[in-house]
Amino acid sequence: MKVELTVNGKDITADVEDRMLLVHFLRDVADLTATNIGCETTSCGACTVLLDGESVKSCTVLAAQADGHSVTTLEGLASDSGEMHPVQQAFHTEHGLQCGYCTPGMVMAIVSLLKENPSPTEADVRSGLEGNICRCTGYHNIVRAALVAAASSNSGAGK
Amino acid sequence: MSILGTRVIRTEDPRLLTSGGVYVDDLREPELTGAVRATFVRSPVAHALITGIDPAEALTQPGVVAVLTAADMTDMPDQVPPEPLPEGSPPPEGPMPMGGVWSEPLLAVDRVRFVGEPVALVLTDSTYQGEDAAELVSVEYEQLAAVPSIEAALTDETLLFPEAGTNVCTRGLGDISDDSIFDGCEVIVEGDVVNQRVAALPMEGRSTAAAWVNGKLTVWCSTQNAQISRLILTAIGLPPDAIRVVAPDVGGGFGAKIGIDRESIVVAWAAKHTGRPVRWVESRGENLVAMTQGRAQQHHIKIGGSRDGHIQAYRLDVVQDTGAYPRMSGFLPMLTNLMAPGVYDIPDVQAAYKVVVTDGTPIAAYRGAGRPEAAATIERAVDWYAAEAGVDPAVVRKLNFIRPEQFPFVTKTGAPYDTGDYEAALDKVLEAAGYADLRAEQQRRRDAGETRQLGIGLASYVEITAADGGAGETAKVEVHDDGTATVYTGSSAHGQGHHTAFAMIVTAELGIPMDKIEVVHGDTDLIPDGIGTYASRSLQLGGSAVQKAAIEVKDEAAKKAAELFEAAEADVVLDAETGSWHIAGDPDKSLTWSQVASAADEGLIVANVRFTADRPTFPFGSQLSLVEVDVETGKVTLLRHVTADDAGPVLNPILLDGQRHGGIAQGAAQALCEEILYDMDGNPLTSTLADYAAITAAELPSFELLRSETPTPVNPMGVKGIGEAGTIGATPAVHNAVIDAVSHLGVRHIDMPMTPERVWNAIQLGGARKVSAE
Repeated sequence: MKVELTVNGKDITADVEDRMLLVHFLRDVADLTATNIGCETTSCGACTVLLDGESVKSCTVLAAQADGHSVTTLEGLASDSGEMHPVQQAFHTEHGLQCGYCTPGMVMAIVSLLKENPSPTEADVRSGLEGNICRCTGYHNIVRAALVAAASSNSGAGK
Repeated sequence: MSILGTRVIRTEDPRLLTSGGVYVDDLREPELTGAVRATFVRSPVAHALITGIDPAEALTQPGVVAVLTAADMTDMPDQVPPEPLPEGSPPPEGPMPMGGVWSEPLLAVDRVRFVGEPVALVLTDSTYQGEDAAELVSVEYEQLAAVPSIEAALTDETLLFPEAGTNVCTRGLGDISDDSIFDGCEVIVEGDVVNQRVAALPMEGRSTAAAWVNGKLTVWCSTQNAQISRLILTAIGLPPDAIRVVAPDVGGGFGAKIGIDRESIVVAWAAKHTGRPVRWVESRGENLVAMTQGRAQQHHIKIGGSRDGHIQAYRLDVVQDTGAYPRMSGFLPMLTNLMAPGVYDIPDVQAAYKVVVTDGTPIAAYRGAGRPEAAATIERAVDWYAAEAGVDPAVVRKLNFIRPEQFPFVTKTGAPYDTGDYEAALDKVLEAAGYADLRAEQQRRRDAGETRQLGIGLASYVEITAADGGAGETAKVEVHDDGTATVYTGSSAHGQGHHTAFAMIVTAELGIPMDKIEVVHGDTDLIPDGIGTYASRSLQLGGSAVQKAAIEVKDEAAKKAAELFEAAEADVVLDAETGSWHIAGDPDKSLTWSQVASAADEGLIVANVRFTADRPTFPFGSQLSLVEVDVETGKVTLLRHVTADDAGPVLNPILLDGQRHGGIAQGAAQALCEEILYDMDGNPLTSTLADYAAITAAELPSFELLRSETPTPVNPMGVKGIGEAGTIGATPAVHNAVIDAVSHLGVRHIDMPMTPERVWNAIQLGGARKVSAE
């Protein structure tokens, strides 16, 4: 079937199998490989992307379901001038990543979380990330990165 | 001021954060253009004979390029035929892999021994086609009785390897028969401790791509050591120089990616066999049944001492479930035996082990690999003993610690501890946690009969790192005529921050700025010789090698600078702050690295070294875990986790703490929620992440980290390993905390993982299980 998606602001039209998952569309059709696959049961969140601005796990969305919609992946997060998004920046300064495999999904999940709740508590962040598994960081610095990103975004908005 | 010891954020990150890492599935190398997808047909049964494999229907499916089985491996070197043991002979002794009668085939030949064992390989144009076609490969199984557990294995009623005559594949030399070591003990406690089977669970599973081009096989593999993988790959009948192994970005390893697994070898062979590039990326469902798992030990222990808290004797008897194939044979329980007495100076210690095969996924290294099991059990045993003697567990620990003045100290099990100050580490966590106040609050809740009871768990640990028999690590440092440097390391990064850490070492020695230093690892064409990353060895061996190479480069550069200055070499100095060369006492004259390197042959100053240490190191620490247990539901909440860890001088505190955070989480996960389970027929019950309870952010607190820095004399930087320490200390700290929370209800022990159901049941039973005290 033919699908039309806007991925990171770019329109992509392709003929795909009906059963093609969104994550495979992003990786194999759009050739955007930052989004990783960590399971096939919607459990780990490695494949988290934004669909019309809201986080979804792209291993359990069909490309067909995203037809006509807009998708943002990690590659689409930095500004046009290449400046990292506050969440990306906070992951860097707070050492919120080690092997990097869960990172794209974590970053996208936190971008979505902060959009819904711009001033979360630590408990809010922890419960908000329950669907994203990291095996390296013990979550400690991921949680800090989320809180630091929230603080920097809020102070930026106040300027 | 030296950069060493300062907080330097990682140079690795910007790429990983903006375009993502390049893992095997992301590779777009020209050699992999048109690569076919590999999908394994795996055994759906735990134990069976294979009576036929028919690929005919699968071969008719769209996109199917080939279906390969063991019968197609006629271009492989002959496998060594199994040699039956003489009748009645005992199982072989020793810690090394055995092969022979216990050999593991690459693809199953006539028998399968665990659910998930690879039987055939389907090559297709696309991933989805592979999944469809694999289901249509017809394999006929004649099912056999399963050996799903240690108990079943020990009966020898069903044998996995009939030619061996037993399921016990090896045993240790320790003698635990002499009970007189407990003579005179006023308090003796005896019992069983299960160290359950868990998944390593790197977020990227196993993955391999391979291309056979002009007589050379290139294999991209998600591995912790490309060079060792290359040696293993020679099994397909190629000399090492016809094989190039590349480790691209690796999405976590935790011990389960040491070397290269049978599936990866099959994929590499398939690329050569078919002439087509092949790529294999396992699903999580495959990963949870076919990547090696960890722990899987049962312990029987006995501990005795005086009424006032002095431990006199300790006995540890280990049975290791090694799964269907003895990949590491006795190595893991040998380490458990070696580290049995932990941080304590116990006059008499006995330890023994045996290893059995079962119809489970093979067991190999997982973060700690044999040492966490030792720490988990001695720390439980000390708490049992403390409770029985009626002495505070912190006091018992202090009474029995090996004291600072006793180092170097060789334990009764033969471990040569280098340096340590165990009491200082425990005092740090007790003070930071407010131990006395916590005990008072615990008592208040007990007196009030509150629903949520408080538990305080202590664990003091020591572990052995970089125990590699003197293999050491390689490094090459080059300074180029443009003033940049390249570091080639045989160590292998998969999240630890090698690129940042090793560049810091070179900056500190040579004064070349971090952004002009490139660190290269994981490519056997560039680095033919290397050992890789495991056993918390990277900084102490790999980092020491980088430092040694940098110093040699500096010495060589001094000669060139002396020539350029027309001065004596002894008068030439490097200002490591600015990276400029001077004549002592004449700061006006200076040369840059670029100028000095330009004067060298080919504009390059290079040093190629191997660093070896003559013995391992022993990092240590104490951890305190504070939990709340709802006695009506059994639910455990981890409130605080305080640790004081000592791995010697710190290179970069953020990398140090990152390793500790991840380790603590994995250790806590084993205590609280994670377990690989099988039913009585050997069917895995935890083969998805919907079933395997991987710990999440919602179940953990932020960690409170303290540290001390006791150097080791074993390497010039005085550093020890920190990669596994968190895991080793956290499991018993959390374990002890939960049991402490309900000990006033008569609970003496709860096996891990301490799920609400288990905790609730233990409360109902009042702890009347498994532990006997005299």
